[in-house]
Amino acid sequence: MDILVYALYIVAVAMFIIGLSGLTAPRSAVRGNKIAAAGMGVAFIATLIHIRDTSSWLVIVAALVVGVIVGIPPARKVKMTAVPQLVALFNGVGGGTVALIAWGEFIESDGFTGLRVASGPVLPLVIASLFAAIIGSLSFWGSVVAFLKLQQILPGHPLSVGRLQQPLNAILFLGSVVAAIIVGIGSANTGADPVWFGAILILAGILGVMTVLPIGGADMPVVISLLNALTGLSAAAAGLALNNIAMIVAGMLVGASGTILTNLMAKAMNRSILSIVAGGFGGGSKGVAATSSGDQLAKSTSAADAAIKLAYANQVIVVPGYGLAVAQAQHAVKDMAKVLEARGIEVKYAIHPVAGRMPGHMNVLLAEADVSYDAMIEMDDINDEFSRTDVTIVIGANDVTNPGARTDPNSPIFGMPVLNVDQSRAVIVLKRSMSSGFAGIENPLFFGANTTMLFGDAKKSVAQVTEELKAL
Amino acid sequence: MDYTGFLANIAILVLSGFIGFAVISKVPNTLHTPLMSGTNAIHGIVVLGALVVLGTAHNPSIPLQIISFVAIVFGTVNVIGGFVVTDRMLAMFKTRSVASTDGKN
Repeated sequence: MDILVYALYIVAVAMFIIGLSGLTAPRSAVRGNKIAAAGMGVAFIATLIHIRDTSSWLVIVAALVVGVIVGIPPARKVKMTAVPQLVALFNGVGGGTVALIAWGEFIESDGFTGLRVASGPVLPLVIASLFAAIIGSLSFWGSVVAFLKLQQILPGHPLSVGRLQQPLNAILFLGSVVAAIIVGIGSANTGADPVWFGAILILAGILGVMTVLPIGGADMPVVISLLNALTGLSAAAAGLALNNIAMIVAGMLVGASGTILTNLMAKAMNRSILSIVAGGFGGGSKGVAATSSGDQLAKSTSAADAAIKLAYANQVIVVPGYGLAVAQAQHAVKDMAKVLEARGIEVKYAIHPVAGRMPGHMNVLLAEADVSYDAMIEMDDINDEFSRTDVTIVIGANDVTNPGARTDPNSPIFGMPVLNVDQSRAVIVLKRSMSSGFAGIENPLFFGANTTMLFGDAKKSVAQVTEELKAL
Repeated sequence: MDYTGFLANIAILVLSGFIGFAVISKVPNTLHTPLMSGTNAIHGIVVLGALVVLGTAHNPSIPLQIISFVAIVFGTVNVIGGFVVTDRMLAMFKTRSVASTDGKN
C-alpha cells in the first residue's frame, strides 16, 4: 500500500508541474489551475490511504468539514478588489499550518526524542522541523499583518519604531534561532523543554509582525510574494521532516516561483528585497522632496474639457493604479473606453509591474471589467509609445508615473523604472486631492505644462467624462 | 528513514527548485496575480503534513489533537480557498475573445 501512496504522490507532483506550466499563458491558465487542483486531490487521497489505520478519523473529518465551510464562501464572494488581502490571508493560514505541524511533531515525539530513538539522519530532520517552525510562524503573523493593512484595519502607511527597528528585528531573529538550537540540543538528550519550542514560535511570530508593520502599501506586492515564497519553503522543509515527497516538491515549486516574482517586483522598483524588508522609504529625503515644489501650481480641469481632449485624440493610454482599485472604477473605465473606441480612437492600458497592491493586480481588475488582455501592455513595451500618444489618463496612479525617478537624483525613487507618462502630448490625472502618493513623494508630473488634474472620485469622474463624450 | 532516503529527498528538493525556476520564469505580467494565488493554493499541500502527523500518532494527546485540528482547518482553507479564488480570477481571462466589444456577459 505504501508503494501505491508513493506512486500517487508522483502522479500528483507531475500534475502540479503541468498545472503550473499551464499558468504561464492566459489560454491554458484555467486548465492549468484545474490540473493543479486535481493533483492536490490525488495527493490528498494518497495521504488518506497512508493514514488509513488512524484512530483520529472523527477529528480529521470534522477539521476538513470546517475548513471547507470556512474556506469556500470568502473565495467565491470576495470582490476582485479585495483579492490581495484574501491571498495574504490564505498564505497566512498555510504558514500557520506549517508552524502547527512542527509543534505537533514536537509534542508527538516528546520534544523530538522520538526522532532520536530512530536511526538515520536525526539532526537534519530536527533542523528541518525547526526551520519549518520559524518560517511558518513568521509567515503566519506577517501575513496577518499584511491582511490587516490591506483591509485597512491597520493604517496602510509604514509603522515603525524608528532606528531601533532593524536591531530589534535582528535580536528577534537571533533569539528564535537560539531557541531553536536549544531545542535541537535538547532533542539529542532527554527531550527539549516545550517552553523553548514556544519561544521559537513566539519570537518568530513577533519578527513576522515587526517585519511587515513598517512596510508601506506601495511595497505590498513585494511583501506578499515574499511571504508566499517563504510559506512554500517552509512547506518543503516540513515535507523533508515528514518524508513526504508531495510536500517537498510542491513547497519547493512555490518557493521558486515566489522567489522569482519577488525579484521581479523588487527590480521593478529598483530596490533590493533587503531594503524593502528593512522598511519604508528614508524619512529624511522625503521631507526635502515634499517642500521643493511647494510653490508650483497644478492646473485643474473639468470633465467636459477632458472629454473634448479625448474626443479628438487618435490614441489614448490609460494608466491605472491602486486608486482605481479603491474607487472600483474598472467598469467605468471600460465603459469610457467603449465610447472612445466607437469613435475610432485606439485605447491601450499601460501596466506598471508594481501598480496596485499585488503582482499583476491591475490586470485582474481590468480583466474583471472585460478589458482584453491584448490591450494591457507591460511597461517596457509601451514606454516608447507615450511620445506618440495624444492623451494619457492616469487613474489613481502616482509613484509609477513620477518622472522624477528618471530625472531627479534627489528623488527617493530615483532609478526606479517608471511609465513615461510625461512624454505624451496631454496628460489628464484623475485624483482625489493633491496629497502625495503612498511613498509620500511629490510628483512633478502633476505640475507639467501638458498636465491637467481632474479632482474627485475616480469612478464618478470617469463616468462624467463618459457622459460628456456621449453628448459630443 | 535512513541517510539514503534523506539524501534522495534532498535531491528531489533541489531538482524541484530548478523546475520551479524554469517553469515560472516564462509567466507574463498579466498572470502574476493568478500565479501567486495558484501557487498560494499549492502550498496548501501542507494540509497533508497535518493529516500525517495526526494520522500516524498512536493515541494522540488532547493538545496534539487540538493543534492538528486547527492545522487541518487552516490547511484546508488554504487549499480550497486558494484554488476557488484562482479559478474565479482566471475565468475572467478565459471569456476574452479577440473582439472585446461585446458587453458584459
